[in-house]
Amino acid sequence: MTTLTRPTPSVGSALDRVEGVEKVTGQAKYAYEYAPDDLVYAVPVQADIARGEVRSVDADAAVKLPGVIATIWYGNAPRIAPAENAELSVLQSRRVAYRGQYVAVVVADTLENAVEAARLLRVDYDVEGHDVELRADHPGMYRPEKVNPAYPADTEQGDPDEALAGAEVVVDEVYSTPAEHNNPMEPHATVAVWGDDGLTLYDSTQGATAVRDTVAPLFGLPPGNVRVVSPHVGGGFGSKGTPLSPVVLAALAAKHVGRPVKLTVTRRQMFAVIGYRTPTIQRVRLGADAEGRLKVIVHDAFEQSSRIREFAEQTTTPTRMMYAAPNRRTTHRLVRLDVPTPSWMRAPGETPGMYALESALDELAVACGIDPIELRVRNEPAADPESGLPFSSRNLVACMREGARRFGWAERDPAPGIRLRDGLLVGTGVAASTYPVYRRPSRATATALADGTFTVRIAAADIGTGARTALTQIAADALGVPTGLVRVEIGDSALPDASLAGGSMGTASWGTAVVRACEALTGALRERGGQVPPDGVEVSADTAREVGNGERYARHAFGAQFAEVAVDPGTGETRVLRLLGVFAAGRIVNPKTARSQFIGGMTMGLSMALLEESVMDREFGDYLNHDLAQYHVAACADVRDIEAVWVDEDDPHLNPMGAKGIGEIGIVGTAAAVANAVYHATGVRVRDLPIRVDRLVR
Amino acid sequence: MRPFSYLRAQDAPSAVATATGRPETMYLAGGTNLVDLMRLGVAVPDVLVDVSGIASGTVEETGDGTLLVGAGVRNSDLAADPLVRRRQPLLSQAVLAGASGQIRNMATVGGNLMQRTRCPYFQDVTKPCNKRLPGTGCPARTGENRNLAILGHSDSCVATHPSDMAVALAALGAIVHVEGADGPRTVPMPGLHRLPGDEPERDTVLGQGELITAVEVPPLPFAGRSRYRKVRDRASFAFAVVSVAVALDVADGIVRDCRIAFGGVAHAPWRAETAEAVLRGATATETEFARAAEAELAAARPLPGNAFKIPLVRNVLVRTLADLAEAS
Repeated sequence: MTTLTRPTPSVGSALDRVEGVEKVTGQAKYAYEYAPDDLVYAVPVQADIARGEVRSVDADAAVKLPGVIATIWYGNAPRIAPAENAELSVLQSRRVAYRGQYVAVVVADTLENAVEAARLLRVDYDVEGHDVELRADHPGMYRPEKVNPAYPADTEQGDPDEALAGAEVVVDEVYSTPAEHNNPMEPHATVAVWGDDGLTLYDSTQGATAVRDTVAPLFGLPPGNVRVVSPHVGGGFGSKGTPLSPVVLAALAAKHVGRPVKLTVTRRQMFAVIGYRTPTIQRVRLGADAEGRLKVIVHDAFEQSSRIREFAEQTTTPTRMMYAAPNRRTTHRLVRLDVPTPSWMRAPGETPGMYALESALDELAVACGIDPIELRVRNEPAADPESGLPFSSRNLVACMREGARRFGWAERDPAPGIRLRDGLLVGTGVAASTYPVYRRPSRATATALADGTFTVRIAAADIGTGARTALTQIAADALGVPTGLVRVEIGDSALPDASLAGGSMGTASWGTAVVRACEALTGALRERGGQVPPDGVEVSADTAREVGNGERYARHAFGAQFAEVAVDPGTGETRVLRLLGVFAAGRIVNPKTARSQFIGGMTMGLSMALLEESVMDREFGDYLNHDLAQYHVAACADVRDIEAVWVDEDDPHLNPMGAKGIGEIGIVGTAAAVANAVYHATGVRVRDLPIRVDRLVR
Repeated sequence: MRPFSYLRAQDAPSAVATATGRPETMYLAGGTNLVDLMRLGVAVPDVLVDVSGIASGTVEETGDGTLLVGAGVRNSDLAADPLVRRRQPLLSQAVLAGASGQIRNMATVGGNLMQRTRCPYFQDVTKPCNKRLPGTGCPARTGENRNLAILGHSDSCVATHPSDMAVALAALGAIVHVEGADGPRTVPMPGLHRLPGDEPERDTVLGQGELITAVEVPPLPFAGRSRYRKVRDRASFAFAVVSVAVALDVADGIVRDCRIAFGGVAHAPWRAETAEAVLRGATATETEFARAAEAELAAARPLPGNAFKIPLVRNVLVRTLADLAEAS
């Protein structure tokens, strides 16, 4: 190496996305765009009953169409090994667990022919009565063993019932959130190619390693004989974090026909087969003294899952650590219904749970006549209330104070329903935000090349977050070279194993592995006197031990969300005039991509507050509004003035970057801030999302 | 997809000759609704007759102040037309309140009138629907009906007409020019779109093969003071929860004349003639506006999920009338 002076560190600077030009010029290749020779098209057939069994499939009309290669269902599908997640056992049983489940697949030479053949395929069922309605008093409610990913379902400290009975001020309300569906711009897609030595999957996924390790055993293959390629992914939000039925069905169809198969999930199919945020019913009880000091918090959540897979969302876990209170109980109850299987959607647990908790805090502030920011400051815990561990850093109060200053909170008159501006009722609201700091083991290699450049390899995923860019910056700084000399390769299971892009832990997990590999490479080069041989020098790192031996701290990011809304007093139309998020998330690796993550999350939170609802059709048992014309996500016109900023936070107890995750915290608390602002504007407390005209018009 | 033939029409009579008597034939203009319906399997034409090359794309003024809008005029061009913006602002506002910029650039006036309901059951071929498959039933009556009709619905259908533009045209008393096998004829609005009765499969009074060639907007001097007010869940790119199209003529505090139509409440744009009659000669006050709204809405029969539309229409109508009265 000839570099004598270290360049200015890149971490902390707003480096443009390293694949930006590739993306905007259409050269970045997504799963759907791979076209191996001899490619054919698979179109799945979905159950149009909610519960029962496939009796028979009549393919006569379908196979007579030109170009039809195969029709596959339980009766003739290749058998695959059982999976822990029964959603993956596609076409392995006659059972129909929910409407929209895949019951067959048609393969044809063109997409058009496959679509038409799938339309003509006749599936006969033995139909059974279904139950798709979530209610808190459902007799099937039970306590799951654990909630996602591995938290206890229930916790209790002190004597919450006695504390409630003796509290000077009590808030006792029920909040509900509807089912919501992930709608990344790129629908799920897979191109499956079987070769002499195994299976290659071009897949739209949040984790190539996880897809490989999940799919390989289903087909009796060692993981090394499955390769998953996904260099670019057009969003996921959690829906591409768990391998689900589409990728397995593509592999199965390709195996059956002996040709490469392309399978793309349509927008409508996404409302059945790729998971969703469970609807919740939440009862929150707060007991406090007259000054708003919490004596007790009780948070009970009721949720649903499908018959074939238990997914128990961790709705009340943030209530375990947000505020000080000597008495506390949190519970989760789950009912298994004839519905599609819920799964991860951006900040599962925290998002619906903090909507309820932060709405209740606002109600307590009103009941006590205390400013809602001051109420939160008064209930700030000295240590994690659940574990007693010290927080590695906790800057909720700093976020609240900074947000109040920027938002003009000091001028706020707390009286509700009294501000008319241009004929509209105007109000402001605040809510806290939080998300845990996770980290998982990953591996990486770092290579010095003879031409003076470096390559870093890790099977990380950039689902639009900017991960590739952030890792480039992290690697460059660890090597002490400019970013232009570093090439980061991700999105391929042939690269060193990595944890998935989920839980806001990508940068922390992958970045640790990248730093360790780069440090090792720097050491190796030093030993060689800085000389790089013609075939380069490569070293690798594995963070399993480092990640497993962390210091004992409670690690969480925090934030404060401020909203200003205008409500038409005649129609109830609610529009968000301003959104401000202030976050404390450790060191920000790239302010440009970080801002996109924060405001993207906040936009999704706004959308949740006002628009998003997957409507369960009780008669037929599916989510009825299964396209983007009917399932409303926020449009540009809904997002007027949105700003995300962050406070400096130096936390030495996290990872080599000092960074907390930022992919999910932006959505946490937004809906409560909006709902609290609607109360301030109108005097009407809406406790059921979304806040649409029918909840407000009189 | 199902194979189909595609023909490009040479002129209106030959297009009509091709389509008349062949129910499997459909006209294609902007395609912004029909292509979606074909993808969904809701529309399964054997033959598409593309009329986009023959339909007039101009807005012409005739001697008496009438505007003749060609059926092929793009929605975005209609909304931007200087004469429309000055004389019938409610029509321009209605068009701009619909769809998105990209869709308005493709969608035509004729196609806008002929678009189908967005009832979720109509659009899902795995479920019954009397409009799509007569005699199969209407699950919307007991199912999800938040966005569906409160006025003029029948046991067989509770769908709403989705167009914003048609609501403004109904208020303005537009006249639809139609070419048929027996030559041209005109259909007044309201009157083009039907109430469902026991034939919900028929959206309009047009016969198979009849082709809209133009829409005539007669002069209405007081329409210079008019407004289209649409209530929607999302700030853009969403169908109306309800809407009102209002033109108001007030002098000395008295309503001389008015035109009122509702959208999002019925199988057709709903001309509020009862409310209009109440208002003519009444004082221009919120009390009278509310009386007129309630008179019209006395006929409403809400479904389990959409009773909120009654106060919603009332409030938005009263507010719109009051705003127009104040501006006069």
